[in-house]
Amino acid sequence: MDLGEINPVLLVASLMVAATPLLLAAIGELVVEKAGVLNLGVEGMMIVGAISGFAISVETGSPWLGFIAAAIGGAVLSLLFVLLTQFALANQVASGLALTLFGLGFSALMGQSYVGVKPPSMGDIHIPLLSDIPVIGPILFQHDPILYLGIALVAAVWATLRYTRVGLILRAVGENHDAAHALGYKVIKIRILAILFGGACAGLGGAYISLIRVPQWTEGMTAGVGWIALALVVFASWKPWRALLGAYLFGGITVLQLNLQAAGVAIPVEYLAMSPYIITILVLVILSADKSSAPASLGRTFHASH
Amino acid sequence: MIVLEKRPQPSKAWSYATPLVAVLATMVFGGILFAILGKNPIQAIGTIFWEPLFGEFAFYYRPQLLVKGAPLVLIAIGLSLGFRAGIWNIGAEGQYIMGAIFGAGAGLAFYPLDAFYVFPIMVIAGAFGGWLWAAIPAFLKVRFGTNEILVSLMLVYVAEQMLASVSLGLLKNPEGFGFPGSRNLQSYESAHNAELIAGSGMHWGVVTALIAVIFAYVLLNRHMLGFHIRLTGEAPRAAKFAGVNPARLILFCLGMSGALAGLAGMFEVAGPSGQVSIDFNVGYGFTAIIVAFLGRLHPVGILLAGGLMALTYIGGEIAQSQLGLPAAAIQVFQGMLLFFLLAFDLLTNYRIRAARNEVA
Repeated sequence: MDLGEINPVLLVASLMVAATPLLLAAIGELVVEKAGVLNLGVEGMMIVGAISGFAISVETGSPWLGFIAAAIGGAVLSLLFVLLTQFALANQVASGLALTLFGLGFSALMGQSYVGVKPPSMGDIHIPLLSDIPVIGPILFQHDPILYLGIALVAAVWATLRYTRVGLILRAVGENHDAAHALGYKVIKIRILAILFGGACAGLGGAYISLIRVPQWTEGMTAGVGWIALALVVFASWKPWRALLGAYLFGGITVLQLNLQAAGVAIPVEYLAMSPYIITILVLVILSADKSSAPASLGRTFHASH
Repeated sequence: MIVLEKRPQPSKAWSYATPLVAVLATMVFGGILFAILGKNPIQAIGTIFWEPLFGEFAFYYRPQLLVKGAPLVLIAIGLSLGFRAGIWNIGAEGQYIMGAIFGAGAGLAFYPLDAFYVFPIMVIAGAFGGWLWAAIPAFLKVRFGTNEILVSLMLVYVAEQMLASVSLGLLKNPEGFGFPGSRNLQSYESAHNAELIAGSGMHWGVVTALIAVIFAYVLLNRHMLGFHIRLTGEAPRAAKFAGVNPARLILFCLGMSGALAGLAGMFEVAGPSGQVSIDFNVGYGFTAIIVAFLGRLHPVGILLAGGLMALTYIGGEIAQSQLGLPAAAIQVFQGMLLFFLLAFDLLTNYRIRAARNEVA
């Protein structure tokens, strides 16, 4: 065992990379839940995003096109959720599960010929001057563009929810859809847009795993990240910046756990590998006492009877 | 303009018809999917649904129907109790694994003792393992209000790591030449969940699944607790006024589904599968969710749905070897089924009407 081999700078830098898929999926789901919809299909949308992004970037050689395809792939799958919950008025929990089960199978089917293929690399941005600062430079300013996009999305979602009319309407729909409907807002339309946004974000998060974090395609490679993202939204009490904090916390645990495995700590590998899931449970327990910040209409079906 | 009008009462006729319509729609769209994959759709669908029952080798496949259907039915019966009350245990896969580990562990602890009580102890241990794993989200929900969906799901991943750990360590076969996996319980007489009638596929798990169906039917239709479960799901406010104790209901529903999933895992590991190994679980815990919904959360429905789902598993394997249909295609096929079911359920609860545009 040699803990000295763990380089703190690299650790923090890779923590940010590990946190990004979680962050992307969580910020999308946060918007969906703010609109009063509980989409448990995050895992399914992520894995479909992962394979769509992977396939397109391998075929075209462009990771950028891959990420665009991933966002579209995630959004298309979430469209199925829209059909089920917004038009067929199906139970949201069951529909989300259906999305995940379907997505896992569908991605495995699409990904058959991509096992073992290496995707084109995106390359990191070295922000001039800033990236040359010792310690802080490599940690903060030498990453791939999608990582920065994730952080920008958090800021954008935060500002939109807090300061804009759109954000206010979205929150109104999530808090009390009957009142929002009575005021003349198109509840279903707003929810559909939120769900599609959530799907696109989850797709991006999935592609981040298959194109940058790993980068490779294996069946079921998201391994519960989508579910952790759902927990993260609860952890964040539906606040964007807390989602960022939470994602980095979980990213940190994942990376630390992997580093401890590599360093050959005396704890068996399996126990280290299960730690992120156990910590998720612990965090949920600690935070579940306070439910006041959850959107009041979360998970309820809206049907205008007249 | 088409409008949806909520039915005062869910339509009985449609609630029976939707599973059938969903199966038909899945066949059509599944056929399209298979055609896209370059297979003859009619042949593929025929292979999946016809071959295991009436094909040339049906004598071999029919018993498999029981072997594959039993765990699905056992797990789905447990899940349906909770689903009816709005308690979502989606971690049955983890409870299934823990049941297998506990059951096999108890059996292997006695190895090579030859005694009649080994198997019953394994059964109890398996049920206990599953119950224990489901009791965690139940306890956390009752005590802290933690979301049981996320906790039970997280515990699946923990259980998978446990499985890897015990098959490489604690339960590893000491005479296994270093290969991962436990001793094969099939060759340990006292612990083997053998077929009760040779060649029929009928083992203790199948018997237990049938008992569970009857038990659930009686519980839901003839017992106060079953009434409370249904009441909580259909009219939560009324349930509150009627004095239903939600904590008791959560502990019962989650605990019961965990114990049944654990039993399913134990019967599987002691019988058809034979040993604890890293990839012992094949996703029955998740497929059972589809079975529960396809069976309309009704015990008899679940029995039929379990049979149908087992058919797609076996037919899928045949299609895999005969037509080269990818394994994942069957997974998509099963996922599709749940989709169509949820979509067509609209017709159970709503009436579709053509309406003129009026000013309200």
